[in-house]
Amino acid sequence: MKSKLLSAPYIVWMILFTLVPLGVVFYYAFADVNTGQFTMANLANMGTYTPIFLRSIWLSLAASAICLVIGYPVAYYISQTKPTTQRFLSMLIMLPMCMSFLLRTLAWVALLEDTGIINRLLSNFGIGPLPLIRNNGAVILGMVYNYLPYMILPLYSVMVKIDRRLIEAAQDLGCNSRQVFGKVIFPLSVPGIISGISMVFVPAVSTFYISQKLGSTGTTLIGDVIESQFKGAYNPNLGAAMSLVLMVLIFICVGIMNHFGEDNSEEGMVTI
Amino acid sequence: MRKVNKIFTILVFIFLYIPMILLAIASFNSGTDIAVFKEFTLRQYGNLFRDSTLLALLRNSLIIAVLSSLIATVMGTAAAVGIHSMGGRMRSVIMGVTNIPMTNPEIVTGVSMALLFAFIGHLLKINAILGFGTLLIAHITFNLPYVILNVMPKLKQMDPDLKEAALDLGCTPVQAFFKVVIHEVMPGILSGALMAFTMSLDDFIISYFVTGSGFITLPVEIYNYTKKPIQPKIYALFTLMFAVILTLMVLMNLLQLRDSKKKATTQRKDFMKR
Amino acid sequence: MKKRITVALILISVLVSTFCPWVHAEEAESITVYNWGQYISDGTDGYLDVIEEFTARTGIKVNYITYDSNESMYTKLKTGGATYDVIIPSDYMIAKLIEEDMLEPLNFDNIPNFQYIDEEFRNMEYDPENLYSVPYTWGTVGIIYNTKYVDDASSWASLWDERYEGKILMFDNCRDAFAIAQSRLGYSLNTEDVEELEACADLLKEQKPLVQSYVMDQIFDKMEREEAWIAPYYAGDYLFMVQENENLAFSFPEEGYNVFVDAMCIPKGCQNKEGAEAFINFLCDPEISGQNLEYLGYSTPETEAKQYMDPNVANSDIAYPDAETLSRATSFVNLSTEANQAMNSLWLEVKTAGSNTATYLIYTAIAVVIVAVIAVVIAMQKKKKKQRRGQSRK
Repeated sequence: MKSKLLSAPYIVWMILFTLVPLGVVFYYAFADVNTGQFTMANLANMGTYTPIFLRSIWLSLAASAICLVIGYPVAYYISQTKPTTQRFLSMLIMLPMCMSFLLRTLAWVALLEDTGIINRLLSNFGIGPLPLIRNNGAVILGMVYNYLPYMILPLYSVMVKIDRRLIEAAQDLGCNSRQVFGKVIFPLSVPGIISGISMVFVPAVSTFYISQKLGSTGTTLIGDVIESQFKGAYNPNLGAAMSLVLMVLIFICVGIMNHFGEDNSEEGMVTI
Repeated sequence: MRKVNKIFTILVFIFLYIPMILLAIASFNSGTDIAVFKEFTLRQYGNLFRDSTLLALLRNSLIIAVLSSLIATVMGTAAAVGIHSMGGRMRSVIMGVTNIPMTNPEIVTGVSMALLFAFIGHLLKINAILGFGTLLIAHITFNLPYVILNVMPKLKQMDPDLKEAALDLGCTPVQAFFKVVIHEVMPGILSGALMAFTMSLDDFIISYFVTGSGFITLPVEIYNYTKKPIQPKIYALFTLMFAVILTLMVLMNLLQLRDSKKKATTQRKDFMKR
Repeated sequence: MKKRITVALILISVLVSTFCPWVHAEEAESITVYNWGQYISDGTDGYLDVIEEFTARTGIKVNYITYDSNESMYTKLKTGGATYDVIIPSDYMIAKLIEEDMLEPLNFDNIPNFQYIDEEFRNMEYDPENLYSVPYTWGTVGIIYNTKYVDDASSWASLWDERYEGKILMFDNCRDAFAIAQSRLGYSLNTEDVEELEACADLLKEQKPLVQSYVMDQIFDKMEREEAWIAPYYAGDYLFMVQENENLAFSFPEEGYNVFVDAMCIPKGCQNKEGAEAFINFLCDPEISGQNLEYLGYSTPETEAKQYMDPNVANSDIAYPDAETLSRATSFVNLSTEANQAMNSLWLEVKTAGSNTATYLIYTAIAVVIVAVIAVVIAMQKKKKKQRRGQSRK
């Protein structure tokens, strides 16, 4: 009973600084840009942006899936090392994120361009310029690079506490290493997977800048569009409407994911 | 199998560090282009130290990152414990709200918070309300979800009987909380704090809108370099920062190593005495 | 553990108390300058540190902050919650700010150096009576091209040339991009006619498949490294690029082009108007203006200042084109809200054009299926485990 009170400051905080600003977003989404009167026009136009919404969702889903595939073995490896090494490695995973996101993205641009570092190296071996940049792949690469640590860390922190005796018991009972993984380690790491996916997928959908720098003229993402509406186009109302739609879409996606994850589980998942 | 995994992990680390290495090399480059190394020079470091504003901005960034991640970690951990003990419906509502700062594009969060602050300032008749305080509030707000999402899975994983056991063994509830619960979820708290720190060190969009004229952070300044290419002294700044943080981490790690060894020996002694 | 936490707390409080801004209370007079990023000489590579020099001469401390576009500065000013003493927006934005009564009239008695501003930069269209602004820099927009690959760029049409497909860069900025289409179609750069704007948007959409990227600052690296061959950009910046790659050339397109002026203004609500005027006056000092703009590369509105500049820059006919070339240039004025909105939504159409809903629907569906499969596998495993547990309990 008492421990519920612990979340009181947080709840008050979130009401003040998340829900109230969200109200501002709602107000904007339903207000006319010139007169400020109630209108549905901002939301009615949303259909034209369907391809952009779809593209954002598909690219970030792909990025989350790749992050999971890459991040899982790394997290597992880290969780198997000595405790002091573990702490060091998990900090080392996070360290690149201290550098400016803008600079890191620009460094990728310098690597991937037709006249960039990789293509110049390759041309020494007579391999012509590969189309490494200005496509969906490059955007996914940028997302994976930027959000991978947000997948690895929650996975690691869950795996590190998996009881070693469970694994040994499974081995004693005749499980081979694949079975140990499938029957013990993987099921027990599900809460970490769900936390990780939501920390990669959710921010990645609304990301911007990555597609501006690494994508082509045809890979504009919804984050870029919303940004331009707020910054350049004097039309925050359309931007607000877009971000409301985006929020609903993300809640649906995450909801589906959690529905499967939560399904008749005893220990429960992170409910989102 | 383990060996394959090790090689894979090393490859992933290389992947994560390639841009870092490039930027570090670029800081010794006499040209401005990252991709073309002209000649070696230390001039960029000279430019960096002559520029007092950049160093001040870095200092501002660090202050905000340390304070906001600390507060968010404490508040977020407490909140996670509280949410964990709640019933299903209540919990999903709160976790839904928790997701909002992550879901919203940063610019939406930034502008809507700025409008809110400006409105409060209007009510309180402060015409320059945007500044350190509002920046800190905004950073704490977007850090909180990361802390909670890191701590929650650890709480789910924790055996609820552990706390009971501690209570049975004569711990007060407060002792049980700190010695058992916090101890158990520590890895989650640490990674949450780490993420919060980096998130806040690297944020520019929200910061741009919620800060006033008095307190600017480094990423905000860098984001505004749209007219000219980024000056290489910025690379020098980040290379230095990177080196300092890395050294601190290695030192901390060494200290911890010594600590844990000491602990191990004292424990052994205790055991022997018994 | 506890000890470490206390040590950390002490360290943090020391850090905070030594560095926090309010500890160094405002002992000295200060002003807040809100300018474009990297738009003042800051002491790099031995150039003048303008702000330091100002503080040394007047004792007024400068709180210097930056923005990335006229529009984000406008959003900040509109939002409120902070005050600024000097801002340096571009022409059309100044007109907008004047129209919305967001600027303070200047007291020119405090700005004696205004006398050095050349006649043609006074009473500009955006500020006809010259009450609110003092020019800081000016410049032109033209075509930068690589002579190795592009032989003739005397017309904007070369940005639509299919031979350069994938090597063309374009402004990532609504007004500048439309200005190019407007020049090509022979419309006024300040047209408010929706049909004309639509025609421009169609022209830009036609160009889109040929464009490599819509960029701003990245243009430097891309042009110097020959990642791209042809791009519209500012004359002042070309002077930097040509130092890195001598194959680059600049042309003033025959159809006409945009000339911009960025000028210093004082927004309403400023805290130290006299300090702000002192700063504006200081930047108009020919010696300071000369050195500052030599670093920036943009043109100075003061003939007097040229003697303090590198003669190569001061005599460059790209930075200071002759009167005949300049006669083809037009400056932007503020457009009506409707025209602005029409232009912006057309620009959004251009930027998002060419996306195919069907393909993305398929892709998204595939991604959703993959994620769903993963989720089902997880759920199945849970179920199996539960069943096993149930059995073992029996």
